Formats: sequence, structure tokens, C-alpha cells
Amino acid sequence: MQFKEKAKILDKEAIDKSLKRMAHEIVEAAKDMNDTVLIGIKNRGAYVAERLADKIRDIAGSRPEVGALDITLYRDDLTQVSEQPIVHATEIAFDIDKKRIILVDDVLFTGRTIRCALDALIDFGRPAKIQLAVLVDRGHRELPIRADYVGKNVPTSIKEVVEVRLAESDGKDEVIIAEKAD
Amino acid sequence: MSKYLIKNGRVIDPANNIDGSLDVLISDGKIEKVEKDISAPGSEIIDAKGCIVAPALVDMHAHLREPGREDEETVLTGTRAAIKGGFASVACMPNTEPPLDNPAIIRSLKEIIAKDALCNVFIIGATTEGRAGKRPTDFHKMKKEGAVAVSDDGSSIEDASVMNEALTQSKEEGLLIIEHCEDKKLSGSGVMNQSFTATKLGLRGIPASSEYEMVARVIESAKNMSCAIHIAHVSTKGSVDAIRKAKSSGVKVTAETAPHYFSLTEECCATYDTNMKMNPPLRSKEDVAAIKEGLKDGTIDVIATDHAPHTDNEKDVEFDYAPFGIIGLETSLSLSIMELVETKTLSFSELIKKLSVNPAKLLGIGRGTLKQGSCADIVIIDPKKEYTYTKESIGSKSKNSPFINWILKGKATLVLVGGRPVKL
Amino acid sequence: MANEKKFVWTKKDLLGLEYLSGEEIEHILYTAGSFKEVTTRQIKKVPALRGKTVVNLFYEPSTRTRISFELAAKRLSADVINVAVESSSVRKGETLIDTGRNIEALKIDIIVVRHDCSGAPNILARSVKASVVNAGDGWHEHPTQALLDIFTLRSKLGRIDGLNVSIIGDIAHSRVARSNIWGLTKLGAKVTVCSPKMLIPEGIEEMGVKITHDVDDAIRNADAINVLRMQLERDTSAAFPKRIDFFKQYGISEERLKKCKPDIVVMHPGPINRGVEMSSGVADGQNSVILEQVTNGIAVRMAVLYLVAHAKR
Repeated sequence: MQFKEKAKILDKEAIDKSLKRMAHEIVEAAKDMNDTVLIGIKNRGAYVAERLADKIRDIAGSRPEVGALDITLYRDDLTQVSEQPIVHATEIAFDIDKKRIILVDDVLFTGRTIRCALDALIDFGRPAKIQLAVLVDRGHRELPIRADYVGKNVPTSIKEVVEVRLAESDGKDEVIIAEKAD
Repeated sequence: MSKYLIKNGRVIDPANNIDGSLDVLISDGKIEKVEKDISAPGSEIIDAKGCIVAPALVDMHAHLREPGREDEETVLTGTRAAIKGGFASVACMPNTEPPLDNPAIIRSLKEIIAKDALCNVFIIGATTEGRAGKRPTDFHKMKKEGAVAVSDDGSSIEDASVMNEALTQSKEEGLLIIEHCEDKKLSGSGVMNQSFTATKLGLRGIPASSEYEMVARVIESAKNMSCAIHIAHVSTKGSVDAIRKAKSSGVKVTAETAPHYFSLTEECCATYDTNMKMNPPLRSKEDVAAIKEGLKDGTIDVIATDHAPHTDNEKDVEFDYAPFGIIGLETSLSLSIMELVETKTLSFSELIKKLSVNPAKLLGIGRGTLKQGSCADIVIIDPKKEYTYTKESIGSKSKNSPFINWILKGKATLVLVGGRPVKL
Repeated sequence: MANEKKFVWTKKDLLGLEYLSGEEIEHILYTAGSFKEVTTRQIKKVPALRGKTVVNLFYEPSTRTRISFELAAKRLSADVINVAVESSSVRKGETLIDTGRNIEALKIDIIVVRHDCSGAPNILARSVKASVVNAGDGWHEHPTQALLDIFTLRSKLGRIDGLNVSIIGDIAHSRVARSNIWGLTKLGAKVTVCSPKMLIPEGIEEMGVKITHDVDDAIRNADAINVLRMQLERDTSAAFPKRIDFFKQYGISEERLKKCKPDIVVMHPGPINRGVEMSSGVADGQNSVILEQVTNGIAVRMAVLYLVAHAKR
């Protein structure tokens, strides 16, 4: 499948600003930051979670614990992105019972990935609350799922693709919209 | 009076030193003459343009399974396979159920042959009673009833004194012993050649020594008794070397090999295909080279098929449990042309010797020749014809061949038995 | 699109390590690592094979391997059926291929087969569309055992490439040895096999291994040793080593171990004949990873079942 880049909707600065604002919102909404943990959905969601944790540290003084969740084993067919997803290890080194989990992902689209993540988290324990933070919400939900903290709302057509690129995985920070070229 | 005139072919008749563009006139089942440009009005013309005309092939080692295992093969289906392969004569082995170890059973088989056979079937009687290797059969009675040779094929005679008794009778009656050479104590429960391939596959090995050590023993016995002996299905370099040495010192030993021993190697067992399982087993590359060398320098006199039919049910099992053996009547000629003539190991004339002249001579059946007055058993071979050997095309009742779906070259297009073309 | 590590598993069966590339073996090990995490959770279950059915078709009795596969399948949320076939040299009843076809008619997804005939899984795999996983066939291969051995080794020593690994015991009749030799050499280890002369199979050096009959020689510079089970009941010929002699000559005792590298890894596929292949002291000692092998076996088998079930054919 070939894609044609159409537009850059967030550059490095914009991403950074969004993450800062989201961090503020997360801290403000917390009764007690000690019970808050961040769990990012691999791969890019995990990087975003790490960055959010840094920002929260800058604001609140202490850095919340961060985990990374691999949801490959929970996918239904419709959420499979690549031809045959590789199973990576989940890294959650803490107990999630009674915690307020901020689930973090790069793009929120149909909502199926988040549903898988919720299934996975339930198997890990009994959190007190789960909230969702995403860098980009591109609409077109197929399940009743909404994000609590959004970096940027980007209306898209179904033919388009939103790609988040981060320095950790792609060498630079930017969010672009591309279209399937046929 | 039925007359046939085979025109335009290349006649190869090694027994009479003939190889050239000649016509063959057949009359009343016999060869009337072999000459250039024969004209014979009233005869049916068979056009052999581009083909070889030779004495029909003679297989001195086939298992026709009747009586007892008619589910695997019958005289009818076996001879049908033979005709497809260019054979007009087949010698059938006695490891039937019951074995062909007495005149009565031979007589009853002769009746079946008279009724059903599409080509000549000659009977090989058992060397020992029940093929048990303990008491030799009565060679005189067997020969009188029509046996052309004796063998315990499938088993070896382990007791040297029994072998000597058999050799004595063999000499007296002029009945050739065809010996399956295998030291069962060495081969044990092996299922393929003992080799690195067997190690990789985790299969029990049959060492090459289980054949060539027995070959040496048998040759020694024959030498001591001053008797002729024929070694069945030679597969190893060691056996070829032993036979070569014996021949050069004047021992009356002859030998045969089968086409799979110069077409396949032990590595073919890698997929656990039970159509690669036979006894003796497929051997190493070195053994294959030695077999070809042995055919070339005359150490090995005959190519015989060791046609051993088994049903799909029997073969479609774990490698360890599958019976040994593959069919071979229909592929022998093609494989021999591809592996021996095309590689210039043998000339066509030399090949006809191995497939027709020599086996006929050893069995004393008067075939293998296009001499005037001899029985008109003739094969017409298209040496260039390429075809795919499909399972559906197999004439034999059993389909256990490792060559299925191979593209083969060289085919018998017509066989005349006693001067009559056999239509299938 | 994404710059993700791309590897596509294409084999519907796991018949042996001989048939896998180093890359494919690495992929199984990587996936096993991910599954290992699952086995440490409180709820040791993921829905990856939900709705799929796994049959354990065992022609040879085995408790440990069967339980390991059963647990692996269950932790993937698959349904598991165990079939223990009466094995005898005079087979009555269904042939292997007929059994396979009948199982296929029941819409089974994966057949895990253990058989006393080498090549049985290969033959079965050819005749069914279901995935076939070899749980040990005759003397041929026991791929999941070797995979868990290698997984355990790497988790202890951080790598496989360049390691000196010695396999000690009845090499000729060992499927564990063959699979380990394939796996280890494909990942760059230097393998030595050690056993009495009569138990070294023909041509084994063509697999790229060193051969020695002296166990001290084999273990002296070894980073790891894999000690095979010695089946003394098997052969009664005079030349075959007897129990006491074997331990003296080839057994891994604490004294022998002292002459090795201090952090040498000691492995055994189990069950151990204490006092024959190794002393209790070694089996229970600090160099032994025997119990970890068992634990890792679940993760490795989960990875294998997951991959063959999702193979892109």
C-alpha cells in the first residue's frame, strides 16, 4: 500500500506544547498524584507516555510510574495494523490494583485498540479508574470510547491516514496526514 | 499366417552384432528376416521411424504377488505393467503366499499365467522349502515343472552348508541360483542406508557391509563348489568391487542391479517418503557412481527391476512401518536411457544387452535375439519421447513409485509378444 | 508506514529445527520472551487462541511434555483435547494418516504429536491442513525442548553466538541432541558432543560439531552443558555402559563441576536419573537451571502454538 503525504498537522513545537497542556490537565484532575500511573500502548503510545511522565514531573515534582502494554494478543482481526503483528513483551513493573491509570496512545481512531487495551488491563488487576490520553483524536469511532485528554482533534476522511512520528522511533517529531495513493 | 513388417527403424540386435537402419519381417510368430528395405506384400506395416527396434526386454526379477497378494498385483496387471515398460518376458519371484517351493504350486501358477498373462511369465522357484533357508527344494522336479531359476529373494541363505547343498543341485540340474545377499545380523531393523542422512533423520541404518560381506561369502561358496551364481539387486560399491575381483579370477558369478540404484540416493529419504524405502536401500553417491561404473565395465550384467508392488494402504504409514519395495516395470527403460545412455555411460546397444540379451541368456529362455527363426519378441522404443509419469497412467495395480510426476525420456511404444503386437 | 521490525512467520508446522533458519528461531525466542511475561501475571491467560482447538496426540507416553503443551494452550485460551494412543508394533485400528484426517474433520486447528517413529509428524503434516507441532518423534527431533533449552541458556548468559556448549550422553538415540545441535549451530554456538564411542551416530560431525569421548575434555571450557537422559533400560548388549560405570566415566559430579568455569550453566531435559547422568548435588546446585527450563517451556510452547496458528501460509 502506498501513501502520499498531504499535510503536516503538528510540528515538534506543537507536539511539545500539546503534551505540556495534557500533563497540566492530568495533574489538575488528580485527587492524589501518588495513585496515578501511566500505561502507554506499544509502541508509540509508550513513548508518548514517557514524555507525559517527564512533563508531569516538571509540574508536580515527582514522576509517575510508567508501564508499556503490548496488546497484540488481545487484538481482534479488525485492529491488525500490519500483516502479522509481532508479539512484544508487556512491561508493567508495578501493581495496578486501586490505581488511577492513564492509558496513553498516539492516535485514537475506531477505538478498537483501546478496547483491547482495556481487556488486557482487566487481566492485570483491578484498577480504581482508567482514563485515556491521546496525542491525536481523528474521529470515526466504531465503539463507545472517548479520550479524557486530547492533544489535538483532527477531523479526517476515512481514506486518510494519520501518522505520528517520534524521535524515539522515527528520528523526528511530527504528525502528518497522508492519503492512500491508488 | 500373420505377417508384420517393421519398417524405418534403427535395429539394435547386440546378440548378432547388428545396429543399423533395417527392416524386420515377422511371420507366424517368428523372425523371418532382418534386412534393408524389405518388401512383403500382405504384411501389416508397423512404422518405426525415429525409433529403435530391439529384442523385447526381459525382466529376470519381478514380484507379481499371485498367488496370495492379489490386492497388490496379479499376473494380469503385472504383465500389463511389463508391456507398458517394453518387456515381453518377466521372471516372477517365489515369495508368494504360499511360496513357489513345490511342483504343484508351480503348476497352478502356470494355469493362471496361461489364462491371464499378457506377456511371457517365467517362474523362479524357491531355493529352500518355505524360503526358510533350511532345506533346499527339489531342483530336478522344479526344473521339470518349468522353473527357470531358483531364489529365496527377500531372504538370504545364512547357513553355508545349506548354500553348498543348493549349489550342488544347481550345478547338477543347471538351474541358476539368484541370491539376495543380506546379513540380517548387520542389517537388523534398519530402514535406510546407514549414513549421515540416517543420523539426521533419526532412522535405523542398514550398513553397506550387510550386503557386500554377504556377497563375498556367497562368491566364495560358489567358487569352492565351481558353480555359477547370480547376485540379485547389487547396490553398493563393496559388492561391485567383490564381483569384479571374482570375475577377473574366473569365478562364474553374474550380477544385476535395479534402476533406482543408479537414479536415486539415500538423501531422497529426507522427506520420509515411503516410496524411497526398499531393500537393499538407496545408497550413497559413491555407491551410485560405482554401480554405473560396474554397468559400464561389465561387472554388472543385467538391469532387473525388482518390481515390488504394495498398496497405498500399506505404504501410507510411518517410515518404520512401511513395507520395503517399489514398482519398476514401467520406468526401468526410461530411467536407464536417461541415466546411462544420455550420460554416455552405456551405448544403446550395451543397454539392450543389460535389459534383454543377458537376462535372456542367464535364464536360458531363448529370447533377447532377433536371429532368423527366433521367437518374435520385439520392442519398439522412441528414445526421444518425453512424458510425465503420472499416477493415473500406471498400469500396475499398485502405485508405489518414487518417480511419480517425474518427466521421463524414452518410452516403449509397442511390444510384440510371439510376433503379435499387444494392445492395451 | 511504520518503521516496525518486520518478520512474517510462514510455516504452518513446527517439525524440527533443521527446517528453520536462524532468523526464524530468533523470532520464536523473541516471541517466547513476550509470553514469559504473561506467565508471571496473576491472571495467566491471554485470548490469543480463543476459539481454537489444540489436540495433544501422544503415541508415546509422556506426562511432562504433555502437561507443558496443555498449559501453554490453555494460557492462550485455546480448548485442549488429550489423546493417548496405545502404541504397539502390531498396529490395530487407525493409521496415523487416518487419525490425522479424522481429527481434521473435527475442525481441530493444531495437532501436537509425539510418536515413537521418526518422521511421523512430517507425514502427518503433509496429509492435514491443520498445524502440526512435533513434541518428539523417535530419534529425530524434539524442537520445543531445544528451543526452551536455548531460551534458558540465553536468559542466563545473554547470548548464544560464540558460546561453547557441550551435549553429553546417548547422542545416537537422542532427538533432544539433534534438535539442540541444529538450533545452537544456527545461532552461532560451538557445539561439542560427548558420549561413549558406540553412542556417537554416523556422520554427526557433518552437523558442525566436535566429538569427544572424554567428559572432562568436553566440560573443561564449556559455558554450558546439556546432560541427556541415559536410558539404561534400552539396550542389554554387553558393550552398553552399565549404571555404575556410566556415572564414574560420564556422570557430572560436584568434583567434576569444580574443574569447570564457575558460572557454567548445567541443563537437563528431564526426568533426571540422579546418580547416573549427574549427582543430586549438581542437579540441585546453583549452576543448575533445570527447573527454569521447565518454566520457560510454557512460554516457548505458547510462542510456538501462537505462531503456527497465525502463520501466513
